[in-house]
Amino acid sequence: MKVEVRINGRSVAAEVEPRMLLVQFIREVAGLKGTNIGCDTTSCGACTVLLDGQSVKSCTMLAAQADGLDVMTIEGLAPDAGDGSAPGATALLHPVQRAFHEHHGLQCGFCTPGMVMAVTSLIAEAEPGSLDEAAVRVGLEGNLCRCTGYHNIVEAALAAAREAGVAAGATE
Amino acid sequence: MSILGNRVLRREDPKFLTVGGTYVGDLELPGALHVVFVRSPLAHGVIRSIDTDEARAAPGVVGVFTNADLGAGPMTPMGMVNQSMVRPLLAEGRVRYVGEPVAAVLAETHAAGVDAAELVAVDYEPLPVVVDPVTAAETGAPILFDDVGTNIAFELNFGEDPSFFDGCDVVVRQRILNQRVAPCPLEVRSAVAEMVDGRLRFHASTQAPHDVRSTLARYLGMEESAVHVVSPDVGGGFGAKGGVYAEEVVVAALARNLNRPVRWTETRSESMLGFGHGRAQMQDVAIGATSDGKIQAYRLNVLQDCGAYPDMGAVLPFLTRLMAPGVYAIPKVECSSRSVVTNTVPVTAYRGAGRPEATAAIERAIDCLAAELRLDPAEVRRRNYIATDAFPVTTAVGTEYDTGDYAMALERALEVAGYEELRAEQARRRSAVAPDLSSEGAGGGLAPRSKQLGIGLSSYVEITAPMGGGEFGAVEVKPDGKVVVRTGTSPHGQGHATAWSMLVADAMGVSLEDIEVVHGDTDVVPRGGGTMGSRSLQLGGVAVSQAAVEVVDRGRQLAADLLEAAPDDVVLDKTMGRFHVAGTPSISRTWAELGAASLDRDGQALQAEVDFEAPGPTFPFGTHVSVVEVDLDTGQVELVRHISVDDAGRVLNPLLFGGQVHGGIAQGAAQALFEEFRYDADGNPLTANLADYSFVSAAELPSYEWTYTETPTGKNALGVKGIGEAGTIGSTPAVQNAVCDALSHLGVRHVDMPATPVRVWEAVSAASSSVPAAAAAARSEPANATNGGA
Ligand code: FES
Ligand code: FES
Repeated sequence: MKVEVRINGRSVAAEVEPRMLLVQFIREVAGLKGTNIGCDTTSCGACTVLLDGQSVKSCTMLAAQADGLDVMTIEGLAPDAGDGSAPGATALLHPVQRAFHEHHGLQCGFCTPGMVMAVTSLIAEAEPGSLDEAAVRVGLEGNLCRCTGYHNIVEAALAAAREAGVAAGATE
Repeated sequence: MSILGNRVLRREDPKFLTVGGTYVGDLELPGALHVVFVRSPLAHGVIRSIDTDEARAAPGVVGVFTNADLGAGPMTPMGMVNQSMVRPLLAEGRVRYVGEPVAAVLAETHAAGVDAAELVAVDYEPLPVVVDPVTAAETGAPILFDDVGTNIAFELNFGEDPSFFDGCDVVVRQRILNQRVAPCPLEVRSAVAEMVDGRLRFHASTQAPHDVRSTLARYLGMEESAVHVVSPDVGGGFGAKGGVYAEEVVVAALARNLNRPVRWTETRSESMLGFGHGRAQMQDVAIGATSDGKIQAYRLNVLQDCGAYPDMGAVLPFLTRLMAPGVYAIPKVECSSRSVVTNTVPVTAYRGAGRPEATAAIERAIDCLAAELRLDPAEVRRRNYIATDAFPVTTAVGTEYDTGDYAMALERALEVAGYEELRAEQARRRSAVAPDLSSEGAGGGLAPRSKQLGIGLSSYVEITAPMGGGEFGAVEVKPDGKVVVRTGTSPHGQGHATAWSMLVADAMGVSLEDIEVVHGDTDVVPRGGGTMGSRSLQLGGVAVSQAAVEVVDRGRQLAADLLEAAPDDVVLDKTMGRFHVAGTPSISRTWAELGAASLDRDGQALQAEVDFEAPGPTFPFGTHVSVVEVDLDTGQVELVRHISVDDAGRVLNPLLFGGQVHGGIAQGAAQALFEEFRYDADGNPLTANLADYSFVSAAELPSYEWTYTETPTGKNALGVKGIGEAGTIGSTPAVQNAVCDALSHLGVRHVDMPATPVRVWEAVSAASSSVPAAAAAARSEPANATNGGA
């Protein structure tokens, strides 16, 4: 069947098997390998992307269900930063990406794209002054990380939330 | 000013944050065939026949293979282990655990492979199953290897001295379960194999690419030089990616045999049944002391569950034994062990590998002793630490500890925790709810209802780089002034690119941006031990650091020649990254000029290669304090605070240090409270995916209160020790002790891990049904006591 999805602003159309998952479409059809697969029970969140601005686990839906919709993956968050290797690229990162960098919110990096997208959506959807540590922890319950013990991920999320003005008790 | 010791952000991050890492499963390999394994649904059985005809005829299928088709393997156990317990790459004649690969389907697409795998008809004859290691060790148990005739794969038997506890006023015994867990790196196993110019090129998700090279060569009957292993980004390992799995050898064998590119990525559900498990020890401890809490004798008997084939798991007790006495000066220590095979997933190394088990045993034993003597657990620890002025010290099991200051770590941790206030709060909660518990009769039979506070301590010492061995490091100056570092370590999240760059920048006066760190390619890095056992910095980092120092010496020599000066008069200006004659900084040679001059003049690169061999392992240490709230109504445990003071010698980068500790704490807390890989009596796995396995999440953990001290080692010039596993080692017993501590006033002495609501609730119920007895016992004077099992 034919599926067409806008991914990071670019339209990707292909003839696919009906059973193809959105995460497979992103990785195999669009060739964007930043989005990872960490489980087969929709438990880990490594595959988290934004679908029309809302975070979803892209292994929980068929590619066909995303037909005509807008997907943003980790590669689309700060396109100007490229693959991050150019001098000065870190200055071009999205505030959430930068917070993960500054707070050592990643180690092996496998959970990172999903984690960054989840935090991005958590902050985008939060009321001003609402995100405290407990809210961040509950909000990230569906995103597993084996390396960081979550400590620095939570720090990064709270730092990014402060910058966005949605952290609890934030005065900015 | 040195960069060493500073909080330097990771150079690795930008790629992971923008386009993601390049893991094996991300590699493009046009025309690659996909491997899908047919796995045993049975824990133990005879394979009567395997019918592959229908699968072979299925669309998109290139071939279906059984063990005899491979011309590779079998896999043999490690040296110390019973050598007859060999493992065929694909099950042959018999299956020994659910998930064991029986056949391999090779197909043009993964989906076609999955469909065809369903069509492989295997006829099994079920055999009696043994899951419990205690049963497996007994005579009459179902035997996994008929020709061996026993399930015992490995034993450390030093006998038992009947007068061992003579002179002790009190002997406390406890049976402790250190349960089976699943390591669960977020990236599952994945492999890509292809023949390139007659050589096998194998991309592996591994912690040790050079070991993969030699192991594949051995099992495939190839020359090592004909095998090229590349480890790209790796999504975590935790010890369980330290060896080579049968499936990986199969992938390599198929690529070689068919001369076609082949790839394989398992699903998480497959991974839970194929990737090695961790821990899986049953421990019997007995600790004898004088009435004032001075420990006289400690006995630890370990029953290690190896799973169906003796892998690294079989020899974990060897490491457990090395660290049995922990941080304590104990005159007599006995530690024996038995490793047995069972019809379960093979056990391998998992963060700490044998050492967390040692610490868990002794730290639980100390708390049981403290409870028995009605002494504060902190005080019992103080009275028994190896004295700070005793180092280096050789323990009763013959392990030589380099440096330590255990009392300092404890006092610091207690101070950060606010220990006295915590104890006061605990007492307040206890008395507020059950003021009458201590008075006979009143309240008897009725458990108090509230959230009780538990405070758990754990003082640990760990052996890092326990297997010894050396490590390769090389530093080369390119003609454009860039510096290329090659290392035999194989990071998968630890941040070696950042850490090794710091070492080189410090020695050479070049900026971090001008340094490239290369690892994980056996054609580029000639040898390497990989990353495991907390070995990387103290071996690999030191090798790189030494190589940088040698390059500085060579650079100075070359600059002296070019400047027509004596080498002793030439100095390296590290702020500018150039050499000049002392006193005349205006005439100088930069690293770029020297890199080019070396090639021009001598025809060789300005570089140094070092194989660093340490004189011995190092022993980081620390104390963790854990605070839990236990809801007596529901059995629910909440970890509310976790304090850790860790000392791993000199600190290179506190950012990376903290990251390692944090991750370790989470894994330790997860084992203490949530995670357990479980089987039913027939060997059917009950936790075979991430929906059923209680992988710890952010919502279940607090932020950690981490701090560190620096007690350098003399085993290397940097004074550094390992830190990769310490967090897990320290945290696990601290959390478990906190749970037991929360319930101690109810007469509960021990709760096994994981302290799930059911387990806690049962322990509380069992204790409260005998509250008068418990209350009475709590008032009696210490006496010889036996708790729990044998
Ligand atoms: S891969 Fe989607 S939740 Fe795990
Ligand atoms: S950084 Fe490795 S899983 Fe999160």
